[in-house]
Amino acid sequence: MPKATNADDSDGSDGVQIDLISGERMENMATMEKIRMILDGVHDGNIVILEEGLSPDEESRLIEVTMSEISPDEFNGIEIETYPKSKANDSSLLGRIMGNDESTAKLTVIGPANQIETLHKDETLISALVSRD
Amino acid sequence: MGLFTELKDSISRVTDRLFSEQEPKRIGIYGPPNAGKTTLANRIARDWTGDAIGAESHIPHETRRARRKEDVQIERNGKSVTIDIVDTPGVTTKVDYEEFTDEMEHDDAIRRSREATEGVAEAMHWLREDVDGVIYVLDSAEDPITQVNTMLIGIIESRDLPVLIFANKIDLDDSSVKRIEDAFPQHKTIPLSAKEGDNMDEVYDNIAEYFG
Repeated sequence: MPKATNADDSDGSDGVQIDLISGERMENMATMEKIRMILDGVHDGNIVILEEGLSPDEESRLIEVTMSEISPDEFNGIEIETYPKSKANDSSLLGRIMGNDESTAKLTVIGPANQIETLHKDETLISALVSRD
Repeated sequence: MGLFTELKDSISRVTDRLFSEQEPKRIGIYGPPNAGKTTLANRIARDWTGDAIGAESHIPHETRRARRKEDVQIERNGKSVTIDIVDTPGVTTKVDYEEFTDEMEHDDAIRRSREATEGVAEAMHWLREDVDGVIYVLDSAEDPITQVNTMLIGIIESRDLPVLIFANKIDLDDSSVKRIEDAFPQHKTIPLSAKEGDNMDEVYDNIAEYFG
């Protein structure tokens, strides 16, 4: 399988590489493989867009691993955005037992904290400003 | 209250603890940096044990280690509930030491940022492994719809942990409890000012009811 993100493939121009990763590509990956793929891309200065996002447990581990990799003057962490949960969604235990749980499928944008700034977010729109370092 | 009644109540409390089927539940105090988590933890601990838990500061990431106060016994309406309070570092996805350089020397800022990252990782580990319930503290003068809040509430819900949302800092002019209620309508929101001690009766009623 080809590498999802590789800054070396770019021509070194002033652009920002964006990797759009399909749910299909993620579905058979282990949690740490997903996290490694995301953080390797972000370390290279790329914006990573996940078609189906991460599960809550994977998000928790992403935060934990991100924290372990923060280094002064080198890596300040990540900016991550997903659509906020719709008020109509039922996330109660009963709802999940009944199969009403919204899946983890939610478009997710992740980038280096010093390069991406969220301008606006609501339940249907994420607007972000991306800069080149 | 007579001496006999006091003695009887005291013995009753001790036997309740001795024969209680459950250990005290560990209640994690979570939220973003500077929401007032340690101020709340100190308020609860001082009100019921006389001791504080940790130092408070306006500089983010003052709390960089999870701290537990054991056996906090809260009495409400003739009943007694005992909980362990775990004050956790504020959760974030980024830490930049330059945030602290206005307040301290360069080396101290770097040390603080390093400790802060360790603290956030520790908080996430506690949330996955070691807490039985969550008090989620938000600054009611700030917009509650942030990615960290959305993710953390999602993580808490996915683990089926009971959670109360505390809309802190209602003493501030910009405070809006409704904004928090609208953001997380699936959970009960309780307004308070941990700093001023406002509405603590309702806070303790709900802690006893949810986590007792």
